[in-house]
Amino acid sequence: MAKIRDLAVVCRSKNASPFLLTLDMVFPDRKTFAKVQASGVINKGLISRLYSVREEDVLLVEFAPGNAFKATIPRLYGSGAVEDSDVYGAQQHGPLMDVEIPI
Amino acid sequence: MADQELRIIAPTAIVGYGFQESSLERALQKNPHLIACDGGSTDPGPNYLGMGKAFVGRDAAKRDLALMLQAAVERKIPVLVGTSGGAGGDAHLQWTREIVEEIARENNLHFCMALIHAEQSKEYLSKKLAAGKIQPLWPLPPLTQEAIDRSSTVVGMAGVEPYIAALEEGAQVVLCGRSDDAAIFAALPIKEEFDPALGWVAGKLLECGAACAVPRQKYGSEGITVTVREDHILVEPNHPGLSCTPLSVSTFFLHENETPIHHTEPSGILDLSQLHCEAVDDRTVKVAGARFLPRDRYDIRLEGVELVGYRCICVSYTRDPVLVQCIDRYLDNVRGLVAKRVDGMGVRPEDYKLVFRVIGKNAVMGEREPVKEVLAHELGVIMEAVAPTQDLANEILGLARQAGKNMHYEGKLCDEGCLTFPYSPSDIPAGPVYQFNMLHVVEPDHPLEMFPIEYVTV
Repeated sequence: MAKIRDLAVVCRSKNASPFLLTLDMVFPDRKTFAKVQASGVINKGLISRLYSVREEDVLLVEFAPGNAFKATIPRLYGSGAVEDSDVYGAQQHGPLMDVEIPI
Repeated sequence: MADQELRIIAPTAIVGYGFQESSLERALQKNPHLIACDGGSTDPGPNYLGMGKAFVGRDAAKRDLALMLQAAVERKIPVLVGTSGGAGGDAHLQWTREIVEEIARENNLHFCMALIHAEQSKEYLSKKLAAGKIQPLWPLPPLTQEAIDRSSTVVGMAGVEPYIAALEEGAQVVLCGRSDDAAIFAALPIKEEFDPALGWVAGKLLECGAACAVPRQKYGSEGITVTVREDHILVEPNHPGLSCTPLSVSTFFLHENETPIHHTEPSGILDLSQLHCEAVDDRTVKVAGARFLPRDRYDIRLEGVELVGYRCICVSYTRDPVLVQCIDRYLDNVRGLVAKRVDGMGVRPEDYKLVFRVIGKNAVMGEREPVKEVLAHELGVIMEAVAPTQDLANEILGLARQAGKNMHYEGKLCDEGCLTFPYSPSDIPAGPVYQFNMLHVVEPDHPLEMFPIEYVTV
């Protein structure tokens, strides 16, 4: 078992538009990426559980040239709206850091 | 020209973010054909588009622009700036224009300048909406006439076409209002008939300066140089202490988008499914395999904001171990008391908002925070009132601050004040609040229709 924070070289969040939040996880090499991919842990269900979002609202992409997984979900509120808490969407990655990968 | 190469410098990520002069000097030794820079972003939120203000300082912007203009005028090459002034509305374009004219006067520089306007009128948008030419982008619903009517400022994101038109007209300096970030840099390669896929891929990398190099931000904001060739591009950071690696470049295609594989541009899709990055030396990466899939439909993305009201905030905190554990119930009681007092003032509940942000509990993730238990020994509470006037927001915040400082809770021993404040005055009027109300695409009759170009002899 290893946590994403121990395996990844990048684990971050950011706005993908004023109404979308995107989560990026980048692994250092093809081998690690392949192992994480084979574990099947990073899937729409995981994002749905961690971010209280419906699975059908999760866009999940694997990007082999960058050894990366990317999940994009609707923001709860538009960036900078009164109820919004993170204008840049830059601090929403925390729950991913401690996800365990059986590796 | 496809058998030659085109060298493009982005000196920094955003005009005003700065860069070391020696980095630009070093890049200029490559005899670039273009110096270009992004001038803004929606990242800092809706207020800047609504207020017509920049999010960088004037002196910082002037310093960066002066170095770019001096280098370009001396070498007789163009300077392109997109999303001028931070948000690319007419006020932002005017702000940038005045800085450029000031630099020219102070340094005796002369050039033909094009100003590409990107602000959109309500009449134009209403006409396009009625004609069925405006579609929503995920996850927004279709646009309504009411949203157009409520808008304070709406901009369109220019593609490469207005830049190309301005260059063909002889402009040496082009300041554009809101722009597709990559278009600023893709315009010249596309004008010179290089593979559009390479123009767009170059633009994707150049739009954020040296963000595609490592160690990221080691020297603060810095720039890169991209060489566009017949079937690939080369990317190299301007600062000698930074390196582009195949991984740093590949992963940059994840930056601020829904998917790294398909990038939607006004005239088509940049397809990076076959992207290939390889090291040329220890600082330079060769990028190939990009494809551009043109579309019949030409789309311009819209961004709009509307005024929500006026905000007043105060920062408070508690280190009382009893209150830390019952903070939610306590703040509900505060909210209840404030609601009664505000009702007594004749203000309807739908006319104001009172927000409590509890730092140490869920201030960052709000309703999405999966950790429910409070583990901190102290909590911050930012109180915030938003109302139709600044005076009313101040008034409501004052009520909330007073209630928050003094109200009762079970087990309370600190009867002189359970929330305290780092500042006097505690209440900070924060001015107008805007929200984004548009993220749609409009189909113009012609790529230049939404972007009138003004030419100025400087």
